[in-house]
This record gives sequence, C-alpha cells and structure tokens, in this order.
Amino acid sequence: MPAEEISQVIGKSVGVRMFEVERGAIRRFADAVGDANPLFRDVDYAHKSHYGDIIAPPGFFGWPLKQPMGSPLVVEFPAELMGPLMKAGYMAATALDGGMEYDFFLPVYAGDTLTSSTIVKDVRERTGRGGKMCFIILETTYLNQNGDLVAKARASTIMRSLSA
Amino acid sequence: MKKQLYWEDVADGGEITPLSKIATTAMLVRWAGGSGDFNPLHYDKVFAEGAGVGQPIVHGALKRQWLIQLMTDWIGDQGWLKQFSCQYRAMDIPRAMRTMTDPVDGETWLCKGKVTKKYIDGDAHCVDCDIWIENGKGEITTPGKATVILPARN
Repeated sequence: MPAEEISQVIGKSVGVRMFEVERGAIRRFADAVGDANPLFRDVDYAHKSHYGDIIAPPGFFGWPLKQPMGSPLVVEFPAELMGPLMKAGYMAATALDGGMEYDFFLPVYAGDTLTSSTIVKDVRERTGRGGKMCFIILETTYLNQNGDLVAKARASTIMRSLSA
Repeated sequence: MKKQLYWEDVADGGEITPLSKIATTAMLVRWAGGSGDFNPLHYDKVFAEGAGVGQPIVHGALKRQWLIQLMTDWIGDQGWLKQFSCQYRAMDIPRAMRTMTDPVDGETWLCKGKVTKKYIDGDAHCVDCDIWIENGKGEITTPGKATVILPARN
C-alpha cells in the first residue's frame, strides 16, 4: 500500500455530525439489546436515581440530525482514504467491523443534542492466513450541548486485499 | 431497586455475574432498526453468501452492547463504566425463526468477565476486568476489557 498517501490521510476529518438523543430511541435501542435496565426506560425510576432523568446505555449516542432521507447512519470513508486502499487491492465490500474502544466521561441524557467529530486515527496493514488485511481506525469525539466531552469512540474496520 | 455493588465487595480474580443471550434473525432485524445499521449482511442470506460469509451473522455492535450490559448490570446504578473495548474475532450465527415468536434450537452465548485489578486512582475506586463472549461450544468469539468506577462504603 502506498504508505505516503495513507499517512497523509491519518488525522484527517471524516466529518462533523449532530445527534438527537430521544427517549423513545433509547428505549428501542435497549429493547434491541434485550436490556431491561430501568435507567434506560422508566422515567419515574430514573427521576429518583442519582442521574435524575433517563440516560442512554453506554454506546448509544442517538440518531443523526439533518441527514437526507435514506442516508447511511455509519460514517463513510473519505475518497482520500478509499483511493489508495483500492489501488492496493482492498475492497469496500469486504469491510467487517473489527472492534470498538470507548472512553466514557459523562452520561448521555434523553433530550441531549450531541456533536460528533470523526477523524482517521490510524491505518495499519497486516498479513494473516487469508492474505493481506488492513485495519482502519476512526476516532469519534462526542460533545454535548454544553460543549462538555461525553465520550470518545475508536472503531476499527478490517478490509481484505485481493493482491498478495 | 437492584442491589448496589461496592468496591469493597470486589476481589482480584472475582467473577462478574454472567449474562446469557440468544440471537435470532428476528432480533437482528430489531437491532438493525434500533441501531441504524441496515447492512444486509445481517438479515439477507443471498447477500451474505455473495459477501463470502455464507449466512447472516450477528452484528459485532450487538455483541458489544451485550458486553456493555454485562458491565452495567454488574456495577449497578451508582457504578460508572469508564473504559470499554472489545474485538469481534469470530462470526456468530443467529437462530432462524420456527414460528412468529419461537426460534429453532441453537446456540446460547454467555457473556462473562473476571476482575484483573482493583485500585484507587485519585478519589476514584476503580476495577479493571477482562470480559468476553463464549459461543455454544465454549469458544471466545468476542474478547474485551473494561474499567469501572464503583461507589465505596467509606
């Protein structure tokens, strides 16, 4: 893979988005996990808890605002990144979720509006049994409506290469 | 109100209360709607075959949330999940639906964890843990780590 082209992409912004954290969306997310924790769904319980209101499960940051209908929720890789990857034989269709790392600083409350900023944190190649693989790490920083740091997320995506 | 776990209750090497989970194709569609990940890899057999995976697989992010629930259930309302990480090392296959409500027999996953270190950082009472998901064969498909802050009795 052309190391120079890739190193130029590291640190680049992938985009800034706003997220709305709705009470109903929190409940549907928790339902899908099978998580019955009353902090995420029972208003009376949450009011009496030390949080004072419904919070989101760690890992839920709401749904993006101001997106055109049908647009994907996931952040798409920028062309400056996909260009050199495709030249090196990597195919977007082979992309698999590799893992996630979170730092949680503050609770996310129902009613919050979050701003997320995503950068390309790292791109690394590794040769495994199945040939060459590429690990792409995107780091997203979430701030709430008060400008306070809520969480950082580092998501890794694995792509496989056709070339040896 | 659930029983609250305190830092003093935790010992090095201690076990986190396990959490068992199943995944059905219906649950994965629900997860797609709840999380916004509509990748057909997780609910469309033809697409999954074309992608070389063979059959629909459980979303990594759903397994991540199972492990997060393992932690939030264990630490209780007053605990704080400070750091979390996990890697999706192997694919997990959901059960097909036999009726509208019942899946066919299949795998049950176990989310588990172990305390690796307890310590005080400033005024935070911290606990580091190894966490993981085991499939029905007892193989670890999703290893991870977590650091939590627990309330202290004194």
